[in-house]
Amino acid sequence: MLSLPESEAASGGAQAGAAREPALPTQTFRSVLDLSPEDEAAVETPETPPCFVDLNLDQIVASIIAGKNEYGLAPFFYRPLKTRAALAYRQDVMRDLENDARLDAINEFAASLRSARGRVAQAGKLYYQEQKEAWLLDAAALYRQAVVRLLSRLQASKPTSAGLAGFLAYLDEYVGSPAFRRLSEDVATVAEKLAAVRYNLLIGAGFVTVSACADEPDYGAEIQADFEKFKQGAAADHDFKFSDTVQMNHIEAGVLARVALLHPDAFAELHAFVARHADFVDPTVDRFDREIQFYVAYVAHMRRIAAAGVRFCYPSVSATSKTIGATECYDVALAGRSLDHRLPIVTNDFHLDGRERILVVSGPNQGGKTTFARTFGQLHYLAALGCPVPAASADLYLFDRLFTHFEREEDIRNLRGKLHDDLSRLRDSLSQATPNSIIILNEVFNSTSLRDAVFLCNRVLTRIVELDAICVCVTFIDELATLSATTVSMASNVRPDNLAERTFKITRRPPDGLAYALSIAEKYRLAYAQLRERLGS
Amino acid sequence: MKAFLMHRDRDFDLKAAAPANEAALRKDLELDTLFVAMANGDPLILDVVSKAVLTGAANDLATIAYRQDALRDCLNDPQTVRRLYGLAEEAFQRQKKVWRWLRDYPSSTLDSAVSMMAIFVDVLKRVRALTDQNAARFKSDAFSTLFATLARELSDDYFAVVDAHLKRLRFRDGVLISAALGTGLKGTRYILRRPVKRRGDWFARLFKRRSRYTLYLAPRDDAGARAMAELRDRGLALAADALSKSADHVLNFLHMLQTELAFYIGCLNLHDRLLALGAPVAFPTATASGLPRFSCEELYDVCLALSMNRRPVGNDVVADGKILIVATGANQGGKTTFLRSVGLAQLAMQCGMFVAAERFQANLVGGVFTHFRREEDATMRSGKFDEELSRMNDIVEVLAPRSLVLFNESFAATNEREGSEIARQIVSALLERAHKIVFVSHQFAFAHGFFERGSALALFLRADRLEDGRRTFKLIEGEPLETSFGEDVYREVFARTEDAKTPPTLARSASA
Repeated sequence: MLSLPESEAASGGAQAGAAREPALPTQTFRSVLDLSPEDEAAVETPETPPCFVDLNLDQIVASIIAGKNEYGLAPFFYRPLKTRAALAYRQDVMRDLENDARLDAINEFAASLRSARGRVAQAGKLYYQEQKEAWLLDAAALYRQAVVRLLSRLQASKPTSAGLAGFLAYLDEYVGSPAFRRLSEDVATVAEKLAAVRYNLLIGAGFVTVSACADEPDYGAEIQADFEKFKQGAAADHDFKFSDTVQMNHIEAGVLARVALLHPDAFAELHAFVARHADFVDPTVDRFDREIQFYVAYVAHMRRIAAAGVRFCYPSVSATSKTIGATECYDVALAGRSLDHRLPIVTNDFHLDGRERILVVSGPNQGGKTTFARTFGQLHYLAALGCPVPAASADLYLFDRLFTHFEREEDIRNLRGKLHDDLSRLRDSLSQATPNSIIILNEVFNSTSLRDAVFLCNRVLTRIVELDAICVCVTFIDELATLSATTVSMASNVRPDNLAERTFKITRRPPDGLAYALSIAEKYRLAYAQLRERLGS
Repeated sequence: MKAFLMHRDRDFDLKAAAPANEAALRKDLELDTLFVAMANGDPLILDVVSKAVLTGAANDLATIAYRQDALRDCLNDPQTVRRLYGLAEEAFQRQKKVWRWLRDYPSSTLDSAVSMMAIFVDVLKRVRALTDQNAARFKSDAFSTLFATLARELSDDYFAVVDAHLKRLRFRDGVLISAALGTGLKGTRYILRRPVKRRGDWFARLFKRRSRYTLYLAPRDDAGARAMAELRDRGLALAADALSKSADHVLNFLHMLQTELAFYIGCLNLHDRLLALGAPVAFPTATASGLPRFSCEELYDVCLALSMNRRPVGNDVVADGKILIVATGANQGGKTTFLRSVGLAQLAMQCGMFVAAERFQANLVGGVFTHFRREEDATMRSGKFDEELSRMNDIVEVLAPRSLVLFNESFAATNEREGSEIARQIVSALLERAHKIVFVSHQFAFAHGFFERGSALALFLRADRLEDGRRTFKLIEGEPLETSFGEDVYREVFARTEDAKTPPTLARSASA
């Protein structure tokens, strides 16, 4: 938040309080992210949701907010929305910001506020009082100009989203308010007075005399004029370099103090300005500056990823219909890495119709099943944040909770303890899960015997079927695919001509299981019939 | 301030492009001999005279008259002109010695600039004194304007102003600069100011609000001393820049003056040399380029004079109204020398110089071009005739309108009939297009062909030969003869070897 360092505010506070302008306009606009009061509180004490690491959402968020540490955007990503209205609100703002003119206006505004903040920080580091005040004046001027410019540019771009339109109305009233006008006038007056200050320095041996300007002639010009008659053509400039640090040395400070004595009113006005406008930044504007970066960062991230040839779309999210699907969807975190290494990005399609609820994904190792599971999770989570999702089209479900259970790294020693922990966690999830939850299981129970795994998986999945919750279950146990009418089998694929090579595509089809092994055997002519024939009669 | 000694209204352009056939001209007319003699060791004069002579074709009658007047003035009072040139040279040499080290420090830059300016002021004062003493003797437009300008601009008042500057620039009473408040209230927009003593200053100070505050440097405050020095440097930097620029201006002015004078000094040098040889010089009469004119008395090859160090034989020719001069006759009879003297005189006239003759008159031409036989063509890639025609082609490419073309035994590297025919065709075409030609040739068919036509536009000269075969090196008017009296040369050469009773060698060159 832009304001004076503590001490100055306190000293100026007392008198400033009395002179403070009436309260800000009574617009109801508060947040362009449409944060609910619980969300607002949560933002102050951010907690990473448990599904984040499993779904690589932590990586995604890190790359989205890279370079924008000052805004503290991460907490905004930790609170998925609960109503479709809130979703629509954010999607509309996001759509508005995909317009280049608007985005540019916001970026310009953000840059100006960053500069203003920089100047306030600079003021804090300076030693001499007048210098501090001058930098704060500068910060206020920058802020004031940024606000006015943002207003005019936003008005010209005519935003349609409730969020931006609401903020625009607020901004309009704010700029017209007496408080803001007072700030503008004061900034202009003080800046003008200071800019008009002129003084003379007579620098002699061991002294500097500061005096008022008396319109003495420009001596450099006089010298040149007197020799002008010899000029045959342009002569070279002799440029000298002088150090230009922000800090003043004590001689400069001494000079400045004397300039202040010569022009007491200008400096008194500066001092009064700083006291009067200690907190010159409007809290709602400040908040907007922070929250809008959520959208700006996301839009920038989308554009970076889309440059690889994949798409983002605004999903339609239902709170009632579990008929969901997506086309050309992909794992955003993986896409980012693939982009860096110039590798192609594999996209997939999926859908659940009618009574289908559970996707059972099987197939050879490293085939892209876990990535698919993550993709499914990412799509739903990002949609719940009100953002566009990594797909060409998407119809998704608005979950109340998203549970993930990904296989942790094997630790032989902990085998028995791990299974116990896993099961405990699953039990907790299942007890909290509702029909509106989404559950993602990735190769759970891999670390136990096949018979136990089959048993456990059966049990867990049956419970989930009873819940009627949407679920993705990645497993090597093919039978689960046919557990009930609500399960759907999907499998990863290999290249027909090179069975060792994965395509990373997951499609709806029966599990390979034996079929896969069988085709390998046939390739080497080891299937039963072939082998018999080879071995002779 | 300008000198304008070469042109009435503009500077002499040392960087003007030389004509495309510069190399051929220098070689065929031996121009380097002339230039070196004029320069007398001074590289600036060498550059200027080369440029002036080679680009003379662009000058009009008015410019030539302008320069001839100025040159007359110089011949009348060479010492003043040489001293003026010498003063400019002196300034240049002395300022070179001013050590310009530590260019990044305003105070030392200012010191150097003050030293240089002091040198220049000294030189300029002497230029002014020279002007005062001698200006009356100079009557030409060029020089009288120059001296009037110098007298006016380098007045006593002016020197007083400059001296005041040089004194003030020592900043004995401190450096005064004005400033405004910039970012973070640091000083900005520093401007150097000249303090003005105001009357009643002390009175006002007594009764008005206090208007000056002084910051004193604490003893042993090294950082503060550095900071103050830097502030002072900001002021000095402005002065240093202004004064350095001004010094550069003065230096450029003096250099320009030298450049304008260099041509005349070169002419003076040449004049001295020729006078010492007893060789005549004269101011030529230039006429407009429309009507062909050519007449001369005792015209001689100035480069021959310089290299032989004696006065060569001169020629008298009247060829007014003639566009073609054909010179035939005895080998080694002076034909090439005559050809060169014509070219050199034309160039000299058109750049405003005197010519090597007692009298000379000719019309202006668009350019002088030479097509001389090349003997040392060792490449033998193309046939010699081929090479000659190729060179002719090069000339035609760059031929200026109404030019003077000098041919020396051209197109002879084939049998005479062919050569004559080619020569005839080329010459006819050139003449029809209003060019003037002087052609030295052995080819009877060619020369006789033109003679037969009996045109009033052609003049035929023959290298003179006495009864006993001796040459006079003079050209006289006369019909082309079928022989060039090579017999004479043969007898001369072989007579000598027979006397010496050694087997005869046939090494001889067939030069004319």
